Amino acid sequence: MAETVLEVRGLAKSFGALRATDGIDLDVRDGETHAVIGPNGAGKTTFIKQLSGELHPDAGQVRFAGEDITALPAHRRSRKGLARSFQITSIYRDFSALDNVALAVQAHAGHSFRFWRPARDDGSLTEPAAQILQRVGLHQRKNILAANLSHGEQRQLEIAMVLATRPRLMLLDEPVAGMGSDESQRMIGLLAGLKGEKTVVLVEHDMDAVFSLADRISVLVYGRIIATGTPAEIRANAEVRAAYLGEDL
Amino acid sequence: MTRARIAFWTVLVTLLVLLPPAAAALQQPFYLDLVRKAMIFAIAAASLNLILGYGGLVSFGHAAYLGIGGYAVGVLAFYGTTSGWLQWGVAIGASALVALAIGAVSIRTSGIYFIMITLAFTQMLYYLGISIEEYGGDDGMRIKTRSDFSGLIDLGDPVAFYYLALVLMLACLFLVHRIANSRFGMVLRAAKSNEPRSRGIGYSPYAYRLVAFVIAGAMCGLAGAMFANHTAYITPEFMHWTRSGEIMFMVILGGIASTAGPLLGALVLLVVETLLAGWTEHWQAILGPLLVLSVLFFRRGLAGMIPGSRDG
Amino acid sequence: MPLTLVLEQLLNGVQFGVMLFLMAAGLTLVFGIMNLVNLAHGSLYMMGAYLTVAAVQWSGNYLAGVALGLFATLLLGMLVEVVALRTLYERDHLDQVLATFGLILFFNELAAIFWGRAALDLPRPDWLQGHIELFAASRYPLYRAVVIGVGLAVAAALWYVVTRTRLGMLVRAGASNRSMIAALGVNIRLLYTFVFGIGAALAGLAGVMAGPIYAVQPGMGELILIQVFVVIVIGGIGSIRGAFAGALIVGVVDTLGRAFLKPLLGTVLSPTAAEAAGPALASMLIYLLMAVVLALRPEGLFPSRGGQ
Repeated sequence: MAETVLEVRGLAKSFGALRATDGIDLDVRDGETHAVIGPNGAGKTTFIKQLSGELHPDAGQVRFAGEDITALPAHRRSRKGLARSFQITSIYRDFSALDNVALAVQAHAGHSFRFWRPARDDGSLTEPAAQILQRVGLHQRKNILAANLSHGEQRQLEIAMVLATRPRLMLLDEPVAGMGSDESQRMIGLLAGLKGEKTVVLVEHDMDAVFSLADRISVLVYGRIIATGTPAEIRANAEVRAAYLGEDL
Repeated sequence: MTRARIAFWTVLVTLLVLLPPAAAALQQPFYLDLVRKAMIFAIAAASLNLILGYGGLVSFGHAAYLGIGGYAVGVLAFYGTTSGWLQWGVAIGASALVALAIGAVSIRTSGIYFIMITLAFTQMLYYLGISIEEYGGDDGMRIKTRSDFSGLIDLGDPVAFYYLALVLMLACLFLVHRIANSRFGMVLRAAKSNEPRSRGIGYSPYAYRLVAFVIAGAMCGLAGAMFANHTAYITPEFMHWTRSGEIMFMVILGGIASTAGPLLGALVLLVVETLLAGWTEHWQAILGPLLVLSVLFFRRGLAGMIPGSRDG
Repeated sequence: MPLTLVLEQLLNGVQFGVMLFLMAAGLTLVFGIMNLVNLAHGSLYMMGAYLTVAAVQWSGNYLAGVALGLFATLLLGMLVEVVALRTLYERDHLDQVLATFGLILFFNELAAIFWGRAALDLPRPDWLQGHIELFAASRYPLYRAVVIGVGLAVAAALWYVVTRTRLGMLVRAGASNRSMIAALGVNIRLLYTFVFGIGAALAGLAGVMAGPIYAVQPGMGELILIQVFVVIVIGGIGSIRGAFAGALIVGVVDTLGRAFLKPLLGTVLSPTAAEAAGPALASMLIYLLMAVVLALRPEGLFPSRGGQ
């Protein structure tokens, strides 16, 4: 029986009269890639933010690896092993790719109140960073300023940073957004390589990515989960088809 | 270090070392004074560079520490304590404590609030200085004897003081450089570059910013102690907020987040001020618009322009 | 402590508060709507005072001079906005702080060039001299009472415009969502220049009224500006209601503190200690108050509901 890494119970969040999150229950199993899909405005990003700690829910509970993290702020969740990538690429534009990943490594490699030794000379930071860049396929570009990377490369960099924090669970908010078909194939390949090794919650619109990567899919409509199941089950689900009216499943 | 950087620093340090004999030969002691003042301010600017240039904290209250450092020297001298070790030690320590207090409250805010709050606290200290009649109030007071360092160095000797300032300045510039590139400095810079991302990977910027604020305050306190010895006079003007603005301009003109920037900025600003002041009594009417223009059109600062002076 | 003395100081506190409000309202509007940190706001206050002195001297008539001075300050404000500040809207706060700091240096020196560094005198006209009768057989200077009246009237007018008129709606909408009102086709540039002009006029009015009470000299703007910052931090940025509350609180606390702290301390400490500590503590009072408010409510007492 696979362990449940993430347990969400009765999560609710309203903005004024708008119920962005309307009682969500969700279980994510250890090692699975769990996709969350839904039409625009369903509340996917609000949901992710409550999981990552950027938004505080009005009601409900989030349990991570058995621990109640509902009240924990974002940086503490990161330390517990819950990492997030952003829908709009959020990296350190004025640092090199290697620096970006090294910073992520550093956050989980002992304390940072060291004032003398240059961080860039610290092999315990730069070597793991270089390895991760290798893994995501950015090794050749490690010394390039992040702002000068292509959009797709920046998204890869962001995944690298998430990986560098040695997470137990990765929350990926539309990782292939804005990518051309070559780049998204590369990203899908990268994420496929993580299957089984990392637990991934994937919010996506791109159905190619969803159906090739997901072990299970949850469908979010108007702040509620209307169905959870394997890709085949979801494809066949009438309610889901109705919600997506005309969308290509 | 690249060859260009080594060349740059060698030339710069050589010029600074050779200045006193050159000034003596030309019988222009004024230049000695000016450059020494610039080096003392470079220390203040370097400390501000740490929190402003690298940390992104727009502190408009940095002159407060110049004042605390200066008054530490002045007040202790007033009560007969002329030991430089004690005076300068208190200058640094008191500045660090005040920075801790002000920083603890201010750093929880950001943006415009932070600017106004740091400004307000500095003004509070300024008024405090004015209202204490014992120490001269508004007019300030003379410092009759300079800090005494057990005979190791005589600050009354302009040249000896100059070289001490040179050594201390280089040490401070180097210290800020090391801090900025250390693990600590990288977190500080990352938080400036992208705060949500920093929280996302597990950093909470508050503690780092507070520590940087305290270090910067302490270093500026040292500059204050030196400045009091330089002018042999201490007045509340040390911590007037326009002085904060001056120091800020030195950081910007020199080039934010660069090692040589504070020195370049201090030299340029003081030279420009001196030239303009020699020209007209109303030099601020010219400096003001010049500063506005420099902000509008010259954002990158000097360190971007001189070969070898830009950091890697 | 005689009641009349307390009452008089209380009214002085309200009078000071009213002037702080005029300055704070303009500053907080400009910040809330244009996201502009304007350190040179104090310079407009100063120029208001100086231009009025000049206008009164030139016209020989107090009221005409005041009207002229106000109008001139309004024009000056709009000129500064168009020439120097427009480019700053897009820039970050650091640039705005530095650039407006340069403007302060310029204006202070300009005042010194034209009027010298010594404090000027703006005498109040005959019909504003004398006292009015209050209850408890106390009297209060007529001029200061008029200042309070004018300030409260302006506050009421401002409240009316902002909450009850279309212009006010635009202003409030702009404060909460800048790009939205642009999308609605409102001429943003004109709106900004106008808002800035109003802010300048308010500061100028404060300067005009300040003339007979405070010293008119270069640098007078910065003395009050920092207190205005304290008002805004306490009251909450972008909020006129906050500016009003904050201004009255700061005005009263500061005035009462300066008047009564020393004698109060004198009852528990020795006279010399009270002599030393009293004024020092009094001058720090409003900053300590600011620190307390910050610790308890970092957004201020009445933060504007719109986000930046």
